[in-house]
Amino acid sequence: MSIDTATVARIARLARLPVDANAAPQIADELTRVLDLAGQLANAPLDGVVPMAHPQAQTLAWRADAVAEPDRANDLLALAPDARSGLYAVPKVLG
Amino acid sequence: MSWQPVIGLEIHAQLSTASKLFSGASTAYGAEPNTQAALLDVAMPGTLPVPNRAVLDKAIAFGLAVDATIARQSVFARKNYFYPDLPKGYQISQYELPIVADGKLAVRLDDGRTLEVEIQRAHLEEDAGKSLHDAFHAATGLDFNRAGVPLLEIVSAPVLHSAQDAVAYLRTVHTLVRWLGVCDGNMAEGSFRCDANVSVRPAGETKLGTRTEIKNVNSFRFVEKAIEYEIERQVRALENGETIVQETRLYDAAAHRTFTMRSKEDADDYRYFPDPDLPPLVVTDVDIDAVRAALPELPDARRRRYVEALGLPEADATQLCADRATADYFEVAMSALGGDAKTCANWVLGELAAALNAANLVVEQSRVSAPALARLLARVREGAISGKIAKDVFAAMWAGEGDADAIIERRGLTQISDTGALAAAVDAVVAEFPAQLADYRAGNEKLLQFFVGQAMKRLRGQGNPQQLNALLRERLKI
Amino acid sequence: MASSIAQLAQDLRARKISAAELAQAALARAGARSELNAFITLDEATALVAAQRADAALATANAPALAGIPFAHKDIFCTNGIRTTCASRMLENFVPPYDAGVVERLRDVHAVSIGKTNMDEFAMGSSNENSHFGAVKNPWDATRVPGGSSGGSAAAVAAGIVPFATGTDTGGSVRQPAAFCGITGLKPTYGRVSRWGMIAYASSLDCAGVLARSAQDCMYALSAMAGHDPRDATSVARGLDNYDAALSSKLSNMKIGVAREYFGAGVDAGVAAAVRDALAQYERLGATLVDISLPNAHLAIPAYYVIAPAEASSNLARYDGVRYGHRCADPQTLEDLYTRSRGEGFGAEVRRRILVGTYALSAGYYDAYYLRAQRARRVIANDFSEAFKQVDLIAGPTAPTVAFKLGEKTADPLAMYAADVNTVAVNLAGLPAISIPAGFSDGLPVGLQLIAPAFAEGPLLAAAHQFQLATDWHTRSPGA
Repeated sequence: MSIDTATVARIARLARLPVDANAAPQIADELTRVLDLAGQLANAPLDGVVPMAHPQAQTLAWRADAVAEPDRANDLLALAPDARSGLYAVPKVLG
Repeated sequence: MSWQPVIGLEIHAQLSTASKLFSGASTAYGAEPNTQAALLDVAMPGTLPVPNRAVLDKAIAFGLAVDATIARQSVFARKNYFYPDLPKGYQISQYELPIVADGKLAVRLDDGRTLEVEIQRAHLEEDAGKSLHDAFHAATGLDFNRAGVPLLEIVSAPVLHSAQDAVAYLRTVHTLVRWLGVCDGNMAEGSFRCDANVSVRPAGETKLGTRTEIKNVNSFRFVEKAIEYEIERQVRALENGETIVQETRLYDAAAHRTFTMRSKEDADDYRYFPDPDLPPLVVTDVDIDAVRAALPELPDARRRRYVEALGLPEADATQLCADRATADYFEVAMSALGGDAKTCANWVLGELAAALNAANLVVEQSRVSAPALARLLARVREGAISGKIAKDVFAAMWAGEGDADAIIERRGLTQISDTGALAAAVDAVVAEFPAQLADYRAGNEKLLQFFVGQAMKRLRGQGNPQQLNALLRERLKI
Repeated sequence: MASSIAQLAQDLRARKISAAELAQAALARAGARSELNAFITLDEATALVAAQRADAALATANAPALAGIPFAHKDIFCTNGIRTTCASRMLENFVPPYDAGVVERLRDVHAVSIGKTNMDEFAMGSSNENSHFGAVKNPWDATRVPGGSSGGSAAAVAAGIVPFATGTDTGGSVRQPAAFCGITGLKPTYGRVSRWGMIAYASSLDCAGVLARSAQDCMYALSAMAGHDPRDATSVARGLDNYDAALSSKLSNMKIGVAREYFGAGVDAGVAAAVRDALAQYERLGATLVDISLPNAHLAIPAYYVIAPAEASSNLARYDGVRYGHRCADPQTLEDLYTRSRGEGFGAEVRRRILVGTYALSAGYYDAYYLRAQRARRVIANDFSEAFKQVDLIAGPTAPTVAFKLGEKTADPLAMYAADVNTVAVNLAGLPAISIPAGFSDGLPVGLQLIAPAFAEGPLLAAAHQFQLATDWHTRSPGA
């Protein structure tokens, strides 16, 4: 499977990563090689095998419904690059 | 050409819990921004989700109430997209394996028809935060108090064919989730929201047309208007030879139109995959049986019982069952009174509803309890007071003046049934209005009510009306 | 030779030395070996306060085994009030408002953290060259890598700065640097140690572990770190074994499976020879060697390099310049904010893995890549289950080579990925494994990997400990 620069641009857009037009061919080449590695799975007899998402055969553990978190707005907002009037701020999003 | 609209609804019901779906932060409405956003809710690095047990029983209860399949194993998945109100860059939702699937709900329409609406699925997911676009001049503000609030997304099949039917279905779901106690149904606070998928096709066509999605309309009326507008817009476009673009639209209530919303993810490639932080959600028969055992009598069953066993008119039964608190109030009052369903229904739907409405209260907040109302109605039934006086007593009870007996006692409202006193009043009015008497005797029988009214006035409204009527009829003949 | 934790604990209780003195000595060694670049942050003030508390605890009866023992945390564990960078520009100035579960547990037993160790950015790497704070050098040979991603922790322990350090292991990130640096590295069973507060790379694979000079020292650390944490839904609610008592189990009757596939074409002859010698030592100790096969072992690298990047692409979406972390200067639009902040904040390998993972999950490719990798994961895990019907442990070289040269593989990501060939399967299956020093090849340490069934940390540590009682590879240390 060969990844072209248009695919690199599409994927980079989904991942919100910049791709310099000059670097795109090299990235495309690297991705092609990594995905070729993954392509080795294509020939393995895996059809019908149940996919394994979790390493332990665990089931979900729950917590009781109780308010257990204090108000830490000041601590947390202090970490933000741009926080004003108790809100996190980003450049204006239109509608 | 005639067109058939096809509508499906995606309803987001906020599950009534004290804490969020995956964090211990409070879900209480109206807090200062970001004061209910815990470490997890702002996606602090290293934090992990742990699900709230309370959502499970609520999702199961809804599933049982719509006769759905409860998945013995369901999976939380990540829906990946970037948006500032989505702190982790993904929403934890359910995708391939939702907890509730293949349900159905009977919807009674105003014209008497019953529509059976197929509910394809209902799944658990977390809400996003809130973007405040007008918070700053050149910036959007973000409040993560809502982020992580538990939602049940209820997805109907595209089987509704008018805005009215869609709203009737929406109301039925609204009643049901409140009835079950899984959601408070508060649309103004965003606890119950709806997205509508709308398409139109030529009548007789079986293939679906291209649909648009109208997002987050927050009242029944606006849902109806938005769908109506969107149907008209699509029909107009198609008749002009245009094509419908699959997109998300917003409804502007002020202008009564829908408009294109900018897409959250241009490519709409959400890259769902099972959330590795959350093992599969397993539901056992024991879990299901426990919820089933605690399930209340459902609104449709109760409405049928009111008609068939209590003999109430359909309209009364339907109104009483519009919400569980009202129906419960009615039942408590009726059982305290020891029967007389129709009288109870009249009072609950009449005086009580009017008083609640005037005070902008819900029935749970009623200033007159159901047993207190029953005591008042007992006095009427015994003949101690008239129905008319009872309304005054009810008003006094509502105003906090005490229970019915105390008010009747204090105000001396007990009905006068003493024949002597009544006869004296009758004699007095006959003597006072000779002209009217002559008129009556000349054949103007309508004047009977005039005499009843005058006599009642002398008795300060406390005369037994039946007795008074009979006495006057006798006396005026002479 | 540097003292064992047991020896230090004894000295502390005998008042031969105080926790404060131990902490100061460790900080001084860290300063003296700054050329290794093993630390991103040293925190003397916090360490000394913790040491004072440890000294107070040591004055009472029943002080915990680790009371007063200095150590270091990999800079992936959130430490309240102390910068936690994940070796990324993205988190260069990030000061977490809370402690990781592992951090709490080690503090509760009065172990004294002196700082945060260097690593590959977001734990993505096998050489510790992918760090915003520069590469770490191998104490055995400063021109070589220490392995990764827990390279700073491995170097700090190998150089004798601290007796143990925490690490994380997603595809070998504890075991491979332990092998490269001639120390012992334990990766516990997935779910045995809390992930709360451990910054995620690939959540279904990430596992907190420990690097130390011996299996016994690893045992002390594991005993403190392990246990159920209700804040992590994948943490296992299962009682802890007495690992200390388990250490004394003898090796007679133990069957060790020697996996054919772990001695494949890519394995250096010198490494294979050292490992074979170590296995012969196991036979002398009474163990039986059994030739076994893990027929799907070759699928581990392809499966890992789909699953790990896929999870990473999602886990790292939260770094968007909005709530914490790096934000680009003067963003013009939301898109500009996202794209520039992430482009500037992440290094090349992190960006590469995010792109690979995004691709593997994207519409049209999910089944062929992600889902297929999850199927491969199942057959790989089943291979282990089958093998453990016959044997108690599985053995092989931890890494196919000894530590390679700095810069040797940076131009070729695939060559770098191949270094993980014997370690990643263990993470896919969620099993516990340990790397122990097993000799030398070309004057550089070789690691022997032992793999155990889930939750068999006790027998695993015992097998390593019994070997270390009979050999002295683990006591060798590099010259300063």
